[in-house]
Amino acid sequence: MPRDASALAGTGATPGPEATFRRYLEGGKLMLQRSRGSGAFVFYPRVACPGTGATDLEWVEAAGGGTVYATTTVRRRPDRGGPYNVALVDLDEGVRCMSRVEGIAPDRVRIGSRVRARIDRVDGAAVLVFVPDPAAEGDDAAG
Amino acid sequence: MPRVDAGSRLRGAAAVVGVGQAGMGEAVGWSAMELLATAVRAALDDAGLGLHEVDGLFAGTAIHAMPTLSVAEYLGIRPRFSDGSMIGGASFHAHALTATMALEAGLCDVAVIAYGSDQRSAGGFASVSEPQPYEVPYAPRYPVSAYALAASRHMFEFGTTREQLAEVAVAARAWARHNPEAFERGPLEVADVLASRMVSDPLTVRDCCLVTDGAAAVVLVRSERAADARRPPVYLLGGATEHWHRQIAAMPDLTTTAASVSGPRALRMAGLALADIDVVELYDAFTITPLLFLEDLGFCRKGEGGAFVADGAIAPGGRLPVNTNGGGLSCVHPGMYGLFMIVEAVRQLRGEAPGWQVPGAATALVHANGGTLSSQSTLVLGTGATL
Repeated sequence: MPRDASALAGTGATPGPEATFRRYLEGGKLMLQRSRGSGAFVFYPRVACPGTGATDLEWVEAAGGGTVYATTTVRRRPDRGGPYNVALVDLDEGVRCMSRVEGIAPDRVRIGSRVRARIDRVDGAAVLVFVPDPAAEGDDAAG
Repeated sequence: MPRVDAGSRLRGAAAVVGVGQAGMGEAVGWSAMELLATAVRAALDDAGLGLHEVDGLFAGTAIHAMPTLSVAEYLGIRPRFSDGSMIGGASFHAHALTATMALEAGLCDVAVIAYGSDQRSAGGFASVSEPQPYEVPYAPRYPVSAYALAASRHMFEFGTTREQLAEVAVAARAWARHNPEAFERGPLEVADVLASRMVSDPLTVRDCCLVTDGAAAVVLVRSERAADARRPPVYLLGGATEHWHRQIAAMPDLTTTAASVSGPRALRMAGLALADIDVVELYDAFTITPLLFLEDLGFCRKGEGGAFVADGAIAPGGRLPVNTNGGGLSCVHPGMYGLFMIVEAVRQLRGEAPGWQVPGAATALVHANGGTLSSQSTLVLGTGATL
């Protein structure tokens, strides 16, 4: 698991991209890296753009919109908490992440549905999840 | 015909002269290493070679951080060349090409590739793999949820159905019913697959590979030495490995795997076309994987894998013999399946398959997968007549 960014803060050390991402997330912000030169977004956070090696990365807040790219329901037994969703979501910035869609039955999540990012707290840690986009009327996922 | 290409100097440079298996299915009371060493012993006996002659060692497991060190210590050998590259279930295919290179370069003379697992008896899949920080909070079931995500996308893009996925499991079972070494040999119909317990939608437990014990080993030598082998040598004509990601979220397109590159590259090295292939072994950890590989290797067009496997097309007597031992779905799948596929292909090309023998088989394409559709490795094997 990643180091706690707050533990580094007092040392004066500059945290790496993973800890920086966590720190933003803990503060309620979904931040992505973007290359100043190419404009390409990067996820997960890295020290350089994958493939090109460009290090001109800046942090930009994500708009929060995304589209479900793939979805599955993990059939956990009811006595252990019941089924839950695991999805791959394409953020509008052009990067993909694993997450889950909440606020809807796990097996009603549909590929192509519009979703909005939300930051949840799970076991004391900030976790990026998604909920059906209320603006997407008539969308399967909103039903 | 594709032209002979990169690596052509290695085409036919080495041959498999021994294969062995141990603990197929269930081997209660036997450790992974004990099974592995038993398979090595069997493969060396098959080759007519002694343990003291082994000077090249290739191994990868999910439970050893330093697999070649553990295996060499257990066997009591001091290999001149060893490689424990770990890329999941495709590791052993990758090792076969590295072993061919090492043999051809004179870095070793007798190469052994070995694997063993006691995961069934030990109570399930164990791994020294590191946690993935961007996936842990979502608790995907590893690895089935990753393959379920790929299946969901294939169904969305191409209209692939659960029935078509089930056809893959049914065909595998039909092969297994001929194979006395196969772990699951009872009847299986599409309806049975659909009605079985859902694990990670759309994959049921019958869309998932077995959880068995088992070990396998193969012995390779340079081709000039293979001529003296006890059994007919099976030559490595082509080999290629390609990988684009580790975790499923980083896979560029969930319906196109790196097999689309490794397959053509291996065939070019072999100087063969798909039409020249007699036997096909495709890593079937889940029913979606053979569909993807049939498409990516070029047996059918992208998106048409579901239609391709319908009506028993890849079952015994169908149009393409795929997974002739019953595959990871019905024969054996002890954590990683790659080496067992190579053993089956070699036996088919020797004409000594334990189950259904494809008549006169002279060439085999053996394609393995590792991780979460991550590593893809294709081997093309052939009899002496194909050199």
